[in-house]
Amino acid sequence: MNFRTETIAGDVAAIRADGRLNMVSAPLLRQVVSDAITAGSVRIVVDLSGVDFMDSSGLGALIGGLKLARQAGGDLRIAGATPQVALVFELTHLDRILQNHATAETAYRD
Amino acid sequence: MSRMLTLRIVVVLTLALGINYVAWRWLFSLNWDAWWIAVALVAAETYSLIDVTLFGMMMWRAYTRPAPPAPAADATVDVLIATYNEPIDLVMTTALAAREITFPHRTWVLDDGARPELAAAAAAAGIDYLSRGTEWIDRPRHAKAGNVNNALMETQGEFLLILDADQIPRPEILDHTLGYFTDDKVALVQTPQVFSNVTIEDPLGSQAPLFYGPIQQGKDGWNAAFFCGSNAVLRREALMHLGILGYVREVESSVRTALRDASRVVRGARRHPAARTPAVAHALTEVAAAIRQARAAIRHDEPLAEVTFALHERVDAAAAGIVVGEVTSLADDLRAIGELGGGPESPYLLDVDETIARLATRELSPFKALEAVRAALDTIAIDRGHEAQPVMPLATISVTEDMATSMRLHGLGWKSVYHNELLADGLAPEDVGTMLTQRLRWGQGTMQVFLRENPLLQWKMSVPQRLMYFATMWSYLSGYAAVVYFAAPIVFLVFGILPVSTNAWDFFLRFIPFMVANQLLFFVAARGIPTWRGQQYSLALFPVWIEACTTAFNNVVLGIPLNFAVTPKTRQAHTGPQWHLIKPQLTVMVLLVVAIIVGCVRLFVNGAEPIGTGVNIFWAVYDLVVLSVLFKAATYRGFTPEAAEEEHPDQ
Repeated sequence: MNFRTETIAGDVAAIRADGRLNMVSAPLLRQVVSDAITAGSVRIVVDLSGVDFMDSSGLGALIGGLKLARQAGGDLRIAGATPQVALVFELTHLDRILQNHATAETAYRD
Repeated sequence: MSRMLTLRIVVVLTLALGINYVAWRWLFSLNWDAWWIAVALVAAETYSLIDVTLFGMMMWRAYTRPAPPAPAADATVDVLIATYNEPIDLVMTTALAAREITFPHRTWVLDDGARPELAAAAAAAGIDYLSRGTEWIDRPRHAKAGNVNNALMETQGEFLLILDADQIPRPEILDHTLGYFTDDKVALVQTPQVFSNVTIEDPLGSQAPLFYGPIQQGKDGWNAAFFCGSNAVLRREALMHLGILGYVREVESSVRTALRDASRVVRGARRHPAARTPAVAHALTEVAAAIRQARAAIRHDEPLAEVTFALHERVDAAAAGIVVGEVTSLADDLRAIGELGGGPESPYLLDVDETIARLATRELSPFKALEAVRAALDTIAIDRGHEAQPVMPLATISVTEDMATSMRLHGLGWKSVYHNELLADGLAPEDVGTMLTQRLRWGQGTMQVFLRENPLLQWKMSVPQRLMYFATMWSYLSGYAAVVYFAAPIVFLVFGILPVSTNAWDFFLRFIPFMVANQLLFFVAARGIPTWRGQQYSLALFPVWIEACTTAFNNVVLGIPLNFAVTPKTRQAHTGPQWHLIKPQLTVMVLLVVAIIVGCVRLFVNGAEPIGTGVNIFWAVYDLVVLSVLFKAATYRGFTPEAAEEEHPDQ
C-alpha cells in the first residue's frame, strides 16, 4: 500500500491510494491526511481508483480524516471507487454519508 | 451423547411439572382473602418458572465443542491489557505473562490512569504502552470501552486478545483459540474467568463455574455465547464493522435532530428585535432557506457529507452579508457575552428549548441572538464532535460494554464461540465491599442493555439468541422474587396468613415433584460442579439486584447517573467485619428467627395447624441457611486486604 499526495485544481490535496486499504494501512492513511492538513491543504480528496480491497478499518481511517478536515474548516471527499470498494460502502451504509465522485479532479466541482 | 439425552429428559420433565404446579397455583389455590401476599407469591413462582424454562432451553444445547483447527500461521494479534488503577506490580505480572504467550503477537498495556511509573515499567520490559490522547479531554471517557476503542485506533492486529489487569494469561491461550477464526464469520472467542486466589470454600462466591461452563456452553449452542470483557479474542474487522455502522446511524439521527432544532432556533431569532435590521432579517431568511434545502436533500437520500457541507457554505455566505455596524453596540455585546456565560459550552451541546426561551424573552442582545443561531448551526455536523472518536467499535451504552457489544455483533450475523478451557488465572476481589460493588456493576450494566437495546426487540437476531440474552437479564430481576420468598413464611408464621388455599396433600403432590426435578436438572446440568455457593448468592444478594434494577432504570429512563447512588465502599476489609454492607439481609435474618420462634409458640402453645406451620418453619430455616453465607463473606479478610478495587469513572 502506498499513498501519494499531490495538489490539484489550485488548493485541493489529492491523496492517491494504491493496493489494500485495510487494518495495516489505515493508520498510515490517517497520518497522510493529517500531514496534508498540517501543510495547509484542508480540501482533500482521497482517490480510491487504485484500491483493490478495503475493510472496515480503511473506512474508519476515511471517517477519521473527514473529522480532521471538517474541524480544520475543510472537507474530505472520495473519488474513483471501484465497484468492489463501492460495495463495502454500501454494506456499511457509509454511502449515506460519503459520496463517491467520478474522479479526484471533479470531486470539488460543485 | 447419553448425558445430553438424560439432560433433555430432565429438562422436559422439569418444565412439565413446573407448568403443572404453577398453573394449579394460579387457577385453583390462590387465597384471595390475602391477595396481597398470595398474588405476590404466585408471581414470584411464575418468575422462577420462566427462569428455569430459559435455563432448560440453554441446557438443551450445552455441548462441549471439539478442539478447533490450527490457527492460520500468519494471523496478527494484539494482546491488550486494560488497566485503570490496579497496582503496577499486578499489571506488570499480567503484562509479562502476556509477553510470553507463544503465538506471535504484540503486547500493549492500556493505562487509563496514565501513570508514568507504569509507562516506564512497560518500556523496561519491552512492552508497548498506550494512554488516552488529548482528544479525550472534556469528552465522555466510556471507561473500559473507551480505553479499548482508543487502542483500536492505534493498533493494527487482525485479532485482539483482551485481558483485565488481574487475568494472567497462560502461554497457550492464543494457540488454543485462534483456530476458531478460520471460520470467517466468527467474531469472538470467549474463555472462562476462573480465580486462583480463592479457597475451595469460596466465601465471596467469586467463582462462577455454572456460568463459565454449562451456561455459556448452552448459549454457545444457540450461537449466543457472549463477551465477558476479559479472556476473549475478538476479530478487529467485526468490531470495526460495528463501529462504522454505529457511526452512520449516529450521524444520520444527529443531523436530522440538529436540522430540526436549528430551524426552530432560526424561527425564534426572526422574532427577536435584532431581526428588524434589514441585513440581519435577510441573512436569517437565507439561513432558513438553507436549512429547508438541506432537509429536503436528506429526504431525497443525498449523502450527508455533501448536504452538511453545502449548508455551511450557504450559511457562511449569508453571514458575510451582515455588516458589523448594523448590529447595535457590538462592543457592549461582546462584553455582555463574557458576563452572561450561559451559552453552550461546546458547539455540540445545545439546549434548544432554553435558547428559544431566551430569544423569546429578548433577554439576549442582538449579537448574542445571532450567536445562538450560529451555535445551533454548529451542531449540524458529521464528525460526532461530542465524542473523542467518531468511530466507537465497543458499545458505550452500558457499563457492561462487553455484553452490549456481543449482542450487536450477533445482530449483524457474526458468530461467537465459547471455549471451555482455563487459559488465564484471575485474581478475584478479596473483600465483601469490592465484591458487592462488582456485582452491582454487572447488574446495572445488564439492565442498562435491557432497557436501551431490549434483546427481545432485536429482530436481526434469531429468536433463541434473543432469549439467551434475555435469560441473563431476567435472572437479574430475582431480587424482587427473593423478597417475596423471604416474606411469605414470615407472614404465615407471625400472622397465620397462608397465601396458598388448599389442603396439604394437593400442594405436596404438585410442588414436591417440581422441586425434585428442578434440583435434578441443576445436578445433571452442573456435571458435578459445585453450585450451592452460587444458589446462595443469587438469593442472598437480593438488595444488590434490586438496587441494580432501580439505578439502571433511573439512569436510562430518568437520566440520573449510575454513581448517584453511591455504594458503601469507603471502609476497607481490615477495619473488621463489614456488617454495615449487609444490613437488609441481617434484618431479614432477624425477622426469620423471630418468625420461627413465633411459629413454634403458635404450634405448641396455641395449637396451630401443624403441616402448614411445619412447612413454613422449614422454609424459614432454609432461607436462613442460604443467607448464612453472608456471615462468612462479611468476616472474610482475604489474602491481601488491599486487593485492587476495580473501579472506573463510568458515565
